[in-house]
Amino acid sequence: MRLSPTGALRHSGNLFAMALDVVRTMPRRPFQAREFIQQAWFVASVTILPTALVSIPFGAVIALQIGSLTRQLGAQSFSGAASVLAVLREASPIVTALLIAGAGGTAICADLGARKIREEIDAMQVLGIDPIHRLVVPRVLASMVVAVLLNGLVSVVGVAGGYFFNVVLQNGTPGAYLASFTTLAQLSDLWAAEIKALVFGAIAAIVASYKGLNAKGGPKGVGDAVNQSVVITFMLLFVTNFVMTAVYFQVVPQRG
Amino acid sequence: MGVEICVEGLTKSFGHQVIWQDVSLTLPAGEVSVMLGPSGTGKSVFLKTLVGLLKPDRGSVKVAGRDITKLREHELYEVRKLFGVLFQDGALFGSMSLYDNIAFPLREHTRKSESQIRRIVLDKMDMVGLIGSEGKLPGEISGGMRKRAGLARALVLDPEIILFDEPDSGLDPVRVAYLNQLIVDLNAQINATFLIVTHDIASARQVPDNIGLLFRRELVMFGPREELLTSDEPVVRQFLNGRMQGPIGMAEEKDAAQVEQELARLGDADRKPRHVGNDMTPRLMPGPGIARPPRWEAIARREAELHRKAVTGA
Repeated sequence: MRLSPTGALRHSGNLFAMALDVVRTMPRRPFQAREFIQQAWFVASVTILPTALVSIPFGAVIALQIGSLTRQLGAQSFSGAASVLAVLREASPIVTALLIAGAGGTAICADLGARKIREEIDAMQVLGIDPIHRLVVPRVLASMVVAVLLNGLVSVVGVAGGYFFNVVLQNGTPGAYLASFTTLAQLSDLWAAEIKALVFGAIAAIVASYKGLNAKGGPKGVGDAVNQSVVITFMLLFVTNFVMTAVYFQVVPQRG
Repeated sequence: MGVEICVEGLTKSFGHQVIWQDVSLTLPAGEVSVMLGPSGTGKSVFLKTLVGLLKPDRGSVKVAGRDITKLREHELYEVRKLFGVLFQDGALFGSMSLYDNIAFPLREHTRKSESQIRRIVLDKMDMVGLIGSEGKLPGEISGGMRKRAGLARALVLDPEIILFDEPDSGLDPVRVAYLNQLIVDLNAQINATFLIVTHDIASARQVPDNIGLLFRRELVMFGPREELLTSDEPVVRQFLNGRMQGPIGMAEEKDAAQVEQELARLGDADRKPRHVGNDMTPRLMPGPGIARPPRWEAIARREAELHRKAVTGA
């Protein structure tokens, strides 16, 4: 691969152009309902189990960290509050994003990449069908919906994991844990997390689709595309996460 | 019937590498044309540029009076409905059965009922000899069958222009002969404009009305079959005869002195003026069951004439 100074700019431009195309194509009828449901089911089926399995230890780690910290400070009654806040605000969108990108995005990228190098995408375009409308839009929507639902799952499992570790293993007080639930966290945190998940799902699917549709150079090209799509998605997700968090703190008044 | 494609000053490059430049030709409506060229001269790129999958650097491609290179995306999708394209490996959708693959364009673009679709699909599958394989997946069948299924899918919307990307690559000679016959029969039946991209000389000699040759980043020649088959242009002669002596080398091209030497060694026999009959492979005609439109009647008369001349040694 040759490196050129304008290469990176061109690629980001193309990626952004495709994102705009996806937004513009979204309202176009007929909506590909079948493809959407299949993709939503597919993304859900490859992400649910790993997500649940990742979020239990994630919740536990947060509970352990916070548990020892609050004990040293003598603020055990706040351990529930802090752990809910951490899980809800940051852990769950990030865990969701990593899994959507790592499990869902790679599958989308590999699928579209394989179709691209078998000339299926070209054939589709020649048959007068826009692959953005037929393939990408349903995948982006599916990934967004599943991300939102997964975020809920991660929040529940993460908080339950935190509760289990705090109460059962660190001898915390169940009552205090539950009572302090809403001292720091508030409902808008959940909404913000869901919006983050929605955006992350869209980014992961768009980057995966872009890389898949631009795969070239045979089977190795598909492998490279998948690799790059994961790296690019992760970078974009963490930057977006930072920006959205910063905006959130400015817009929504905080408790405590 | 059939639509003329008018290509003017077409130039395409990837980065600094020029694929071909200043290609101008007209594919006459309803005729069969073949684009020849050594491997790696951008024949497939040319084909993809014709349907607007790749944007040329310069030049225009006019299809039915509209310039493909300047159309907006949604207009392009409209114009593409005039095209049927057979890709190298058939480019079937791997997740669908052959039947669904062939029915796909009908389901996407028409409001036909399933029973109408079924009739059309089975008709086209019969045409390419795939009856009985409707339920098979593309991964389960041979390359030749995939090509034929790809052809059936390209035909299903009754295109005005059909493009073939190396229809003969990876097929045995017998299947290539059948496929060539199928192409000729199709042309007599539906009168569409055909463009075949290939490097198979036997097909190029038998099938088309017109032949073009891409070499050294340009269109060496494009014209009626007779003109190219009897041409004295060294590149054309070398390619159509499939021999090593001439400007086309293993890697790319040879230097002029070497070419001269080789051609001289080939002997005067090759340089002598010959009468037309010698180089003319008889043209492949539509099968006996096919009703010939006037265009093919005229071709048949001309072929008979040539044949008589060759026999009597005019």
